[in-house]
Amino acid sequence: MNISALPPAELRRRLRSDGLYFRTGAFTTCLRTRLEPVASSFSLLYNDYPLGDGPYADFHVELAPPRNWRRWIRPQIAFLSDGNAPFKPLPRDQAFPMFEWGLNWCVSSQAHHYLMIHAAVIEKNGAAAILPAPPGSGKSTLCAVLIQHGWRLLSDELTLIRRSDSRLIPLPRPVSLKNASIEVMKRYAPNAVFSPSVHDTIKGTVAQMKAPATSVARADEPAHPGLIVFPRYEAGAPLALTPVPRTRAFMRVADNAFNYAQLGSAGFDALAGVVRHSDCYDFRYSVIDEAIQAFDRLSMQAGRS
Amino acid sequence: MIAEPVILKVLRNPQSAAVLAPADWDLLLRQARAARLLGRLALLMREHGVAHSLPQQINMHLEGALVVAARHRVAVEWEIGQIKKALDSAGLPLILLKGAAYVAADLAAARGRSFSDVDILVPKARINQAEAALMMHGWGGSHHNAYDQRYYREWMHELPPMQHGKRLTVIDVHHAILPETAASKPDSAKLLAAARALPERPGVMVLQPVDMVIHSACHLFHEEELDKGLRDLTDLDALLRGFSAEPDFWQRLVRRANELDLGRVLFYALRYASRLLHTPVPEEAIHAAAAAAPARPLLAVMDALYCRALMAPHASCSDWLSGPARRTLFVRAHWLRMPPGLLARHLAHKAAVAMKGEE
Repeated sequence: MNISALPPAELRRRLRSDGLYFRTGAFTTCLRTRLEPVASSFSLLYNDYPLGDGPYADFHVELAPPRNWRRWIRPQIAFLSDGNAPFKPLPRDQAFPMFEWGLNWCVSSQAHHYLMIHAAVIEKNGAAAILPAPPGSGKSTLCAVLIQHGWRLLSDELTLIRRSDSRLIPLPRPVSLKNASIEVMKRYAPNAVFSPSVHDTIKGTVAQMKAPATSVARADEPAHPGLIVFPRYEAGAPLALTPVPRTRAFMRVADNAFNYAQLGSAGFDALAGVVRHSDCYDFRYSVIDEAIQAFDRLSMQAGRS
Repeated sequence: MIAEPVILKVLRNPQSAAVLAPADWDLLLRQARAARLLGRLALLMREHGVAHSLPQQINMHLEGALVVAARHRVAVEWEIGQIKKALDSAGLPLILLKGAAYVAADLAAARGRSFSDVDILVPKARINQAEAALMMHGWGGSHHNAYDQRYYREWMHELPPMQHGKRLTVIDVHHAILPETAASKPDSAKLLAAARALPERPGVMVLQPVDMVIHSACHLFHEEELDKGLRDLTDLDALLRGFSAEPDFWQRLVRRANELDLGRVLFYALRYASRLLHTPVPEEAIHAAAAAAPARPLLAVMDALYCRALMAPHASCSDWLSGPARRTLFVRAHWLRMPPGLLARHLAHKAAVAMKGEE
């Protein structure tokens, strides 16, 4: 049963009482909150996700006002993971983005059975493309565009590598967009669903784009690695695709890992398994349609070299 | 009082986890994570053949904890080697304390454990040499302001923590196991004299078994913040179980604690380990250690405090008195560290610093 099957009142009742259990890929989360803006954005973006069985959850998260005097003046909101606040409270209107960031934190700080890379990961024709990149490189925008063009979303933030076979484990969640890319995507994908934009966050203006229902439906289907692409958006620049030696790509991906050092040799082996089966490129682009074509060509060739 | 937390039941009897419902596992994993015991739990589940029958959803957390714990162990092994090189260069012996000692001696207490730093013991007369040798090998001092330097060097039993410039690992260099200003004054020379070489690791030493237990107890029952209290109690449990086969272990343990002026902490250790974790402590040992017990009314208070503060720091293991219990023990730990005048001065300084917002 999916979240969409819950009547709005029941969804809110669960959020307010014992928590709503839902599954995103391999993880079950229990979410509690009394905040209506979180409830409405959540039901907008998460209605395709299956309800969790309860009463077991991997993550217990809550969004609630911190217990201090700020309750009355410029109210704030705290993200709690099993009762602990890993971040400082934020202004109340940032509650929904905070939920998204907080859930990412839960995964990246606890799911050490995977090697976790800070990278988007998408799949087409049986080959996954990992897009590691620093903020501002256009990784999320590129990912958002490609999943409107037949690529399956595994994740826009967290690449999860299974250690036993170096397969990529999907965690399809809403795609985080910021600043100019929000308007770009709204023009580009008029039928996509977006959360209300939130202004003046630490990342500027942010909004989430709903994950395609087809990607969510295939959340239990791991993907084979095939491509590692380091994207860089550069206004006016011609498209350029430059092969990167695998050894170099390995180190660059490891630099973007959340827990490479914590896993030790197990992390090395998992990453080697991915890089061994991947073609690796530096990718510079400025025109979206050219980028889409280039990625489609890459997906056809992936793993053949 | 709180219902008995599931983590206590499983630590006492790991096999019992095989029949837990998903809701119990939900709580068990959360309690274990909060108490930094996930690695130890994972190892117990594997050793008792429980892990393979668990749903993947639960087992994945345990698997992750095992990998992280294994990596921790490799990292500690590496640090031990690096510290040994540094001390060798100054002709100093390496005497490991606590977690790193458990690793070096390959004790059960090391298994599935996480480590935040390495603790070593150095004769007081040679502590400057040790500091210089470590600096030459890449470790740097911390707490550079004059007050903190004085706090550590004059009043405490250790140098300010030293951090390695590249690996960012931390080493605590002790010359005693309690602050100079504490009421109990265990003689470090006695500990050093009885330290044991490890046959399989030439040049690396650890405290003799009874001293290892007493130091672990001393640390736990002088600790200010008890968020790792249950983890430390499981260390004690593993040490006691492991050493109990040594000849005359229990008699020697109690005698040694009294000799080191630490009879009271040993009494607490035996009392709460057997009470909370069902550590098999012989009746006679508890009876002998009880000679150092506090008077009954005080003991009742200590029971109420420690039976709360030694629980996993998780909402499901707490009642309305857990917070006050932790705060009371925080104050008590300071009280034990310093005489009242010095404590007042120290707290006044810390308060002034906090108000100025320097730290």
